[in-house]
Amino acid sequence: MSFISIENVFFSYDNIEDGKPVVNAVDGVSLSVEKGEFVAVIGHNGCGKSTLAKHLNAMLLPDSGKVYVDGDDTCDEEKTWDIRAKVGLVLQNPDNQLVASVVEEDVAFGPENLGVDPREIRERVDAALKAVGMYEYRLHAPYKLSGGQKQRIAIAGILAIQPQCIVLDEPTAMLDPLGREEVLSTLLRLNREMGMTVVLITHYMDEAVPADRVVVMDSGKVLLQGTPREVFSQVELLKKHRLDVPQAAELGFRLRGFGVPFDRVPLDEQECAEMLLEVLQ
Amino acid sequence: MVRDVSFGQYFPGKSLLHRIDPRAKLLCFIAFVVVIFFTFNYASLGLIVAAMVFLVAVSGIAPKFYFKSLKVILVVVLITSVLNLFYGSGEAIWEWWILRLTWNGIHRAVFVTVRIICLILASSCLTFTTSPTELTDALERLMKPLAKIHFPVHEIAMMMSLALRFVPTLLEETDKLMQAQKARGADMESGGFFKRVRSLIPILIPLFVSAFRRAYDIATAMECRCYRGGSGRTRMKILHMSARDIIAMIATALLIGGVIVCNLLLASVI
Repeated sequence: MSFISIENVFFSYDNIEDGKPVVNAVDGVSLSVEKGEFVAVIGHNGCGKSTLAKHLNAMLLPDSGKVYVDGDDTCDEEKTWDIRAKVGLVLQNPDNQLVASVVEEDVAFGPENLGVDPREIRERVDAALKAVGMYEYRLHAPYKLSGGQKQRIAIAGILAIQPQCIVLDEPTAMLDPLGREEVLSTLLRLNREMGMTVVLITHYMDEAVPADRVVVMDSGKVLLQGTPREVFSQVELLKKHRLDVPQAAELGFRLRGFGVPFDRVPLDEQECAEMLLEVLQ
Repeated sequence: MVRDVSFGQYFPGKSLLHRIDPRAKLLCFIAFVVVIFFTFNYASLGLIVAAMVFLVAVSGIAPKFYFKSLKVILVVVLITSVLNLFYGSGEAIWEWWILRLTWNGIHRAVFVTVRIICLILASSCLTFTTSPTELTDALERLMKPLAKIHFPVHEIAMMMSLALRFVPTLLEETDKLMQAQKARGADMESGGFFKRVRSLIPILIPLFVSAFRRAYDIATAMECRCYRGGSGRTRMKILHMSARDIIAMIATALLIGGVIVCNLLLASVI
């Protein structure tokens, strides 16, 4: 069985008693995440991707359907805290998830809640801060850090819980390009070097390129999934659903439209440049 | 602009004051603040001032921050000292209209001024050298016995530390809102008192709305990090009293003793 498996989940924020037609934020989604995988979930605002993220650690429970984390049903109240310790959720606004006035005390918040031995908390905090490259800032006040740094502290705060999977709900939406780059490279490193399972929810297509698998959501449903190359090759389908593709893919697609003999769609600038060079020679 | 407040801020450091156990520090601080108001002659006041100068010196924090924190209450100090100056009893040494200057009044003014300044300096000393988390931690541990009578000690400590954490964030937000309103032509500096208060409404409403939204976000983030109240929680930093903390408490006790002795031996001047 997969590490996380979502089976035909429906969820709605609407109140059925209101009498208005119910709109499902998540409308029959089935999806699985394997251990060690880097999955990117993309889609534009309101497509249900954030709602889906909150289902992965039992913050929201499905109206119908099931979500299993490491074999445990998220609806099982006795397992709620086990599940949250296994699947850490990082939210969008870095300011609103840091709870302490000193960086290292904030990172310690999670393990403190789990009742971990003080000496081990210290070790976990140091290791988590080193993993996100913020160890030198451990005594700083969070509000003096940049957005990217704050978001890395938030990731460290989740790492200190020692989860098996990190889910990030648009972690870069409020950051500048530099901060986005910091956060993304941190995530890639965690996935590649530490084998951390990462589910990255984003509306920046470029961020989905390095993922192992891309899941495209639209109006609460899974529209498309596959490797980044498979997904971003379907430029026309994505465009029909008002979704962007990475800039390099867009360029490749348009050039192909003008008769440039590209055999595939380039995913990043480097690949695009190489392909152009090949064609020109 | 709003962010330029040093009162209540924490400066990380490694000075003697930083290293004292926050519980010991808090107890000493409370004792010190109480004893400030039990000075009745210049000898005891001198003791307090000397202790205060010593504390500021060993805190390892630039004096300019202390001056900054004093600047905020300058008006309060001035008003109270001027009022006290003319409210003394006894023989007048100068009189004009309803103003009556007496020696007693002058002494009172000096005492009130020095006391308030010492009070602010002592609080600054405490908050400059103790992180809010340490402070609330100390409070939580000192009040722990109250939990037995179902007093929500942990909840109060958690609320305090969250409130302290979000002071700079909300100040920053207020600043942004004010600038946004000014950019759209709001006038906040001119007009009478009521007009100026009214011009704050377009700032307060969005500030409240966003504070509630933030509170919801924080609660979600805390739950994501497995927060479920105070029971079963451990702390990363274990507080333990060392010789240093005992010495600090003995020093405070000696200071209190000194003030009492001065008060007993010498006549009070106010």
